[in-house]
Amino acid sequence: METKELYREILNEHNLNPSHKKDMSDPSLVLNGVNPSCGDNITLNLKIDGNNKITDGSFTGSGCAVSQASVDMMLDLVIGKDKEEALRLANIFMGMIQGTAKQEEIEELDEAASLEDISRMPARVKCAVLGWRTMKEMFAEGKNTASAANGAHCSVQQ
Amino acid sequence: MNNPYRKDFPFFSNEKNKDIIYFDNAATAQRPHQVIDAMKHFYDENNANPLRGLYDLSVRATKAYEDARHTAAQFINAAHDCEIIFTRNASESLNLVAYSYGMSFIGEGDEIVVSIMEHHSNILPWQMVCKAKGAKLVYMECSKETGELTVEEARSKITPRTKLVAVTQVSNVLGVTNPVKEIASIAHKNGAVVVVDGAQSVPHMKVDVQDLDADFLAFSGHKLTGPTGCGVLWGRQDILNKMPPFLRGGEMIEYVTRQDATWAELPAKFEAGTVNAGGAVGLEAAITYIQNVGLDAIAKHDNALAVQLIEGMKLIPHVRVLGSPDGNAHCGIVTFTIDGVHPHDIASVLDTEHIAIRAGHHCAQPLGAYLDVPSTARASMYFYNTEDEVVRFLDTLKNVRKWMGYND
Repeated sequence: METKELYREILNEHNLNPSHKKDMSDPSLVLNGVNPSCGDNITLNLKIDGNNKITDGSFTGSGCAVSQASVDMMLDLVIGKDKEEALRLANIFMGMIQGTAKQEEIEELDEAASLEDISRMPARVKCAVLGWRTMKEMFAEGKNTASAANGAHCSVQQ
Repeated sequence: MNNPYRKDFPFFSNEKNKDIIYFDNAATAQRPHQVIDAMKHFYDENNANPLRGLYDLSVRATKAYEDARHTAAQFINAAHDCEIIFTRNASESLNLVAYSYGMSFIGEGDEIVVSIMEHHSNILPWQMVCKAKGAKLVYMECSKETGELTVEEARSKITPRTKLVAVTQVSNVLGVTNPVKEIASIAHKNGAVVVVDGAQSVPHMKVDVQDLDADFLAFSGHKLTGPTGCGVLWGRQDILNKMPPFLRGGEMIEYVTRQDATWAELPAKFEAGTVNAGGAVGLEAAITYIQNVGLDAIAKHDNALAVQLIEGMKLIPHVRVLGSPDGNAHCGIVTFTIDGVHPHDIASVLDTEHIAIRAGHHCAQPLGAYLDVPSTARASMYFYNTEDEVVRFLDTLKNVRKWMGYND
């Protein structure tokens, strides 16, 4: 029942009508994130100004509802914030999925907090964290173009 | 459920699995108690390191292991027991052929021919050989509509440059059966050896290696209700004899000096180290079990369920079946998509109704790219599945798009 409720609520809306799924003409950072075995494959684009503020963000690609909705929710959350704050929120998200984040931290994630149930669905963890992991690697590497691939075999339905 | 075999499977009566619909048999089958009992009996009564000890117990362990080899040989109509090499699974069997035969007998400018529908385990070993030896990997393509691989296509790709043809007998995605016998004939006329991936065919149909006229056949035990970790490579004796060992170690030698060694006779030459005797005994029990069910009866049953499933899917809007529209051509394997719903979401939604199916690329990415469907959902059935399960599956499938937020 948990899965169905999860899908029915915010997730379906972000998957079927994503606000940020579109191309970006001149992004400051671009990174491709994939779960090779699952087929989840996104390209994350961010625009960052001189004060390290994320002024715009978008994604393209394809994947399951969890991966697509999660990255859309992430962009809702981080656009308008600076890099450091975005990283802090990404770490909270990762903590939520691993079941280690505190409830008051999780509330900071806004709609993305609705993915908390994923922490009880190991098969979908990789899907949920794809966008967040890609953003973290983007900032860590500071590269303009790279690929964030998760080499481990996907645990979904094996 | 009025299926006479289900009672033999402890899995289905286990409290945790009582209402589960297990439709992931192309990945691995369940085990009847006969298999589990045979393995327990081996460890309880006959366990010793086979092929080594000089005491009676070790002789018993060796006999149990070699009896399993004999049963496996009879099962696929091998001419000699020593043509059966026990491996971990079909993947290891195919790698054995690639590392031993491929790396020794494939050279620069040679061609290896595979089909576009191969599982990665029948592509990657050949990619390795081609890269190492400067050979070329050539693909036979199938019909994008029905999945059919024609003899004409094989004839156009297999040439005197071809040294090896590796082809699956049944596709793990499309369920289609390939004309392996005809392909083997074309390959032999061109002087190539033929490697058949039987991972999906051997559990579902009678396979006779002499009738197929193949040179190698690989299959896994766990897909035909045997234990995991025990598979088979069958190879023609004359070819196996001229191949170097794949793995080196215990019990595969004749003499060893400081700088050199000579190898044991078949099959020991290819079975380095302590063998998986418990696994082989389990595999033997599985072979005996499915022979008692009857391979023809299994094929008929799996086909009937696939027909029922595919005909039901045709009535559900937005559901598309890959491959032939005729369920009789699917070997119990039905791969499908639902418009607008990612296959992982299909699998997750079905999982909430206790239905187990596979979703993803099924280790056949070149086929997914060729058919332009990188990810799909797959339901695969075996002789213990029932018509009632197919009905419940279809009832659930009807609602997937609604759960995903579509108002159809």
